[in-house]
Amino acid sequence: MFYREAGQFRTTYEADGQILPIRQDRIALLATLAVAAVAVPFMASPYMLSAILIPFLIFALAALGLNILTGYAGQLSLGTAAFMAVGAFASWNFVARVPGMPMLLAFVLGGLCAALVGIAFGLPSLRIRGFYLAASTLATQFFVIWCLTKISWLTGGSASGVITAQRIEIMGYAFDTPQRKYVLVLLVVALMALLAKNLVRSNVGRSWMAVRDMDVAAEVIGIRLMRTKLLAFAVSSFYCGVAGALYAFAYLGTVEPEAYSLDLSFRILFMIIIGGVGSILGSFLGAAFIVLLPVFLNIAAHGLALPTSVASNLELMVFGALIIFFLIVEPHGLARLWQIGKEKLRLWPFPH
Amino acid sequence: MNFFFEVLIGGLLSGVMYALVAIGFVLIYKASGVFNFAQGAMVFFAALTCVGLMDKFGMSLWLAIPCTVVAMILLGIAIERVVLRPLVNQPEITLFMATIGLAFFLEGLAQLLWGSQVHQLPLPIEDVPMQWLLDRFNIVVSQFDVIAAVICGVLVAALALLFAKTRVGRALRAVADDHQAALAVGIPLQRIWAILWAVAGVVALVAGLLWGARNGVQFALTFIALKALPVLILGGFTSVPGAIVGGLIIGASEKLAEVYIGPLVGGGIEGWFPYVLALLFLLVRPEGLFGEKIIRRI
Repeated sequence: MFYREAGQFRTTYEADGQILPIRQDRIALLATLAVAAVAVPFMASPYMLSAILIPFLIFALAALGLNILTGYAGQLSLGTAAFMAVGAFASWNFVARVPGMPMLLAFVLGGLCAALVGIAFGLPSLRIRGFYLAASTLATQFFVIWCLTKISWLTGGSASGVITAQRIEIMGYAFDTPQRKYVLVLLVVALMALLAKNLVRSNVGRSWMAVRDMDVAAEVIGIRLMRTKLLAFAVSSFYCGVAGALYAFAYLGTVEPEAYSLDLSFRILFMIIIGGVGSILGSFLGAAFIVLLPVFLNIAAHGLALPTSVASNLELMVFGALIIFFLIVEPHGLARLWQIGKEKLRLWPFPH
Repeated sequence: MNFFFEVLIGGLLSGVMYALVAIGFVLIYKASGVFNFAQGAMVFFAALTCVGLMDKFGMSLWLAIPCTVVAMILLGIAIERVVLRPLVNQPEITLFMATIGLAFFLEGLAQLLWGSQVHQLPLPIEDVPMQWLLDRFNIVVSQFDVIAAVICGVLVAALALLFAKTRVGRALRAVADDHQAALAVGIPLQRIWAILWAVAGVVALVAGLLWGARNGVQFALTFIALKALPVLILGGFTSVPGAIVGGLIIGASEKLAEVYIGPLVGGGIEGWFPYVLALLFLLVRPEGLFGEKIIRRI
């Protein structure tokens, strides 16, 4: 009734090719963005902003990066956190070592460094695939973190390895309160999500999906495997790198190797499994789910007055069980549920 | 020179322990195509259950081990029922992610049941240097490591016999070759899978006991799975001998690299050196040392 496209005709190629062809979707998305950008910074408490919304957006960006690699290009990776670490440390170094370096440019350069590392560690994907590749991306994880702990030049010679992130200042305007940080993160994430959405609809995205579905066949129809796979690694690592820089600068406030553990890589992998592999929206839904789940579990544990050790173990179990549950019941994740919901709404109130 | 041999032998023997975990992977991958990331969690679960039974119920070691074997068999059956059966016919990657979920679940469950503090595991094998090697060649080799290697050898021999001589073993090999053909000739696929996971659980128990006796039963045991991965890459996912040879190579080279290259670059390279070694090897031979040649068709 409310969700019906009857009477919306697409009469031009532009109208036919737009991201959201149905008017209600466009209005809903713009309304969500408007609320997120204007109302939320005033309404939400600083705790809400800095403990839930900012990490949600940052994780969504990292999940987006992994989704490009795993969901669209079909290269399973367990080294996401390593690329995030490269982005964070590179940004920190650019700001610290280059005088007058603009913050946003440092983020971009950090992302580019991550992309270079991604290409280097993506090279084995040309020879090996599937699980062998997943195991070898673990090499990225261990090697990068080892480098960051051992090579003191990268950490500015700090003894503990924990360094304070610089203040985010763009054109003389300091982003130092949770509200301002939130707005900045939202802006970056929204722009990059739009870019990703367009990228996967383009020629590049289609060749990624061809490689994912069957790489030998893709090669036969003239897609250059090497370029396509390495581009996927580069773009994905760029996204992860920027997410990592934001994670350090806008969320943690410190830059340290321990923050980018294997655990974080798994968390992001879970986000795309639960959200939906091969879906931009899914990255956001999955990130929201994984950020909110521990909060709810904590509240529930408080309500039941469980000791913290029991609660944290229960959290592990719930996480694991949910992953299995989702894979069994809905292998395409929350994004698919949303799609099914829309299909049902389109027919509502009639069942067929 | 003595020092070199000590490091080498120590590395080879610890490689045997990696191989033990890797064999659990290989068993499951070979017969069901599931890349079981939860093997490390199973090692942890098995060791903690065994210690927990001893601590909480005052069982002796020799009573706790059979009880844990029963628990691992039940776990294997449960995994087949709850996780694998509904996921039949899904892509391999889905199954892999399901085992990651399983790993989290088992880690949480084990600590919920038995607590998360470090436990001592008193095996009746002493961790002392072997006297006659010390006398004759002046090389320090731990008795514990040698006995662990012998146990590992016995286990592999038992598995080889199981595969080669028994009805179940024949069925396992048939399932490994071709699921559908095995089903067509009347082999109960699901029962075979349950048996397989139970066997992998028992292998995990042996690995867990040996590792636990060495380092204490603690959460760090789950990271052994990460040690076993380069072993698998090197040896090939489908070969038990590959897992052993891979384990020996990884164990030896890792210790030698740590001792001889480590000081040059600041140490701690044990964490990633096996991976890089395995990765370089893969670039030359993508299917691993003993893996099956991969042939692709459109």
